Amino acid sequence: MIYNIPFIAVVLLILVGLATVIFKKNLIKIVIGITIIESGVNLFLITLGYRENSVAPIYTFAPSTKMVLPVPQALALTSIVIGVAVMALMLSIGVRIYRSYKTLDVRKMRRLRE
Amino acid sequence: MVDIIDVLLTHGPALIIAVPLFGAFLTPLISRLNDKARNIFVIAVMGLTEFIVLLLAYDIFTTNGVHTYTFGSKQPLLTLPSGYLVPVRIIFEIDGLSIFMGIIAVTLALVASIYSWSFMRKEDGLDKYYTLLLLLTTGMLGMVSTGDMFNFFVFLEITSIASAALVAFRVNKGESQEAAFKYIVLSSIGALFVLFAVAILYGQYDALNIATLANRIRYTFLDKVALVLLVASLGMKAGIVPMHMWLPDAYGEAPASVTIAIVAATQASLYALIRMCFTLYGGITSVATIGWILIILAMASIFIGVTMALLQSDFKRMIAYAAVAEIGYMVLGIGVGLALLFSRTPYSVKAIQGGIFHIINDALDVGLLFLVAGAVFYATKERLLDRLGGLARNMRYSTIFFIIGALAVAGMPPMNGFASKLLIYESTYQVSPILAVVAILASILLLAVMVKIFHSAFMGPPLVKAADVPKTMLIAMAILAALIIFFGLFPNIVVENMVKPAADALINQATYISQVLGGV
Repeated sequence: MIYNIPFIAVVLLILVGLATVIFKKNLIKIVIGITIIESGVNLFLITLGYRENSVAPIYTFAPSTKMVLPVPQALALTSIVIGVAVMALMLSIGVRIYRSYKTLDVRKMRRLRE
Repeated sequence: MVDIIDVLLTHGPALIIAVPLFGAFLTPLISRLNDKARNIFVIAVMGLTEFIVLLLAYDIFTTNGVHTYTFGSKQPLLTLPSGYLVPVRIIFEIDGLSIFMGIIAVTLALVASIYSWSFMRKEDGLDKYYTLLLLLTTGMLGMVSTGDMFNFFVFLEITSIASAALVAFRVNKGESQEAAFKYIVLSSIGALFVLFAVAILYGQYDALNIATLANRIRYTFLDKVALVLLVASLGMKAGIVPMHMWLPDAYGEAPASVTIAIVAATQASLYALIRMCFTLYGGITSVATIGWILIILAMASIFIGVTMALLQSDFKRMIAYAAVAEIGYMVLGIGVGLALLFSRTPYSVKAIQGGIFHIINDALDVGLLFLVAGAVFYATKERLLDRLGGLARNMRYSTIFFIIGALAVAGMPPMNGFASKLLIYESTYQVSPILAVVAILASILLLAVMVKIFHSAFMGPPLVKAADVPKTMLIAMAILAALIIFFGLFPNIVVENMVKPAADALINQATYISQVLGGV
């Protein structure tokens, strides 16, 4: 059971993130929601590579050869970097939206709905 | 001379990524010199990429082979260096379908860069614009040629970031920012779910290589979850109804030259959807369920696309909804093929060929229409159809190009749209006549949409002053129009030489796997 807790956390994080994206009306909160989903996915990647009582996968002076999987960590690192880029782009578009609409409320951005 | 071509063929898979990527980061430097040098440089880089892609395509289509490239290895053609049982490095795997999509992506990008010469001249920040355009090309080519799931996610994100930034290029307009925000939110959520699916597959099978995964996959419950995540998120990126909401906004608000590059990006996502269904999950019979779901979604896309297109009053949004319907046709062909994949009936192969052929036809037709819409906007600064009229008097060439594109989209015979739609009708009729009837009816409605645009924008009294657009824009449109007419008059050449190898590459999953794992 105890080993399933990270996976439960992953699912919860993703659901919370999705709910934030769907139900919140503020642009910044939508961006936060996406960041929460991303953390969930990254946690999932890291959890996949975890082994009990293991060390970091560096062979030099390693106390034991029981190591965590390095590949998911590399994936998570890449994913974090991409996430930062996406977040920066989303926030800068948000700034531009605020300048022309004078609001961050998505309900008031309806110029394209017709 | 032969040596150079050999080297280009060997390293082609890496070069089609490296050339535009390197060009992208050189562009800001070169635009320090002057604008003309930069434009020539960008077109030259696109042209070089196109050349390498066509060279690879020639080799793949004539020998029916698969090109692999292992990054970071001493012998790039060796996927499994001595002693390795599984591929550990990132491997590019280019088969018939990949290079087919690669041709579409790079051709549209090349046309976009030619078109931008005059179309974007009055904007500033063009060095960033061209950099993003080249990055978008890199991302699309990467998406279609990679054989590695995580690498695919990276290229998917490169494509989304570059295209969202390009949609938002006109920063002073609120609408384009709104469209770009929608696009980036949806595509980043989609990409995160793709990553989640990749992680699920990695956790079970300890591999990221598509061929290795396809070999090991056992279709557990988790695999079904991953399949649903992949289909949903890639379908969203491909703009299949009911996940099409971002598409008319993004297509409508981006500058026309960007729109046609995004058309290619959308189709790269569709390619990924097809690749996952056929290659990764292709060995399992229950993948037919996905085929039926795709058929239903395709019918919804066709129906909603045409009906919404009829209601629009904005030139580009109208074409954007027509593009949604066109995506429906492609997915219909692919869905029928997927649903009947295991019955091995001749018309399942025909359906797949129709779907694949329609991908390139849609890219050309819709691309041409968007370019004409951009030309009209360039000449009149007007996008609402109510305020346009009588453009045929002054914009003679653009009118001719519009007629060619409109007939092609509506699937009229001598244009290319007819050839691929006929393949789709024939094969869907075998499944259920109702599908074919609805598809044909929707095609007639598409003609109505095009007639509406033609009548209100190009006929009637001239409401706005307009002169025909500069030469480079006409050249860009002429390239697409010439290809449309060629594909329409000689569909058998294209089907035999390009579409058939692509469809065969899709159906023969074992070839794809054995190319990496060596005769498993």
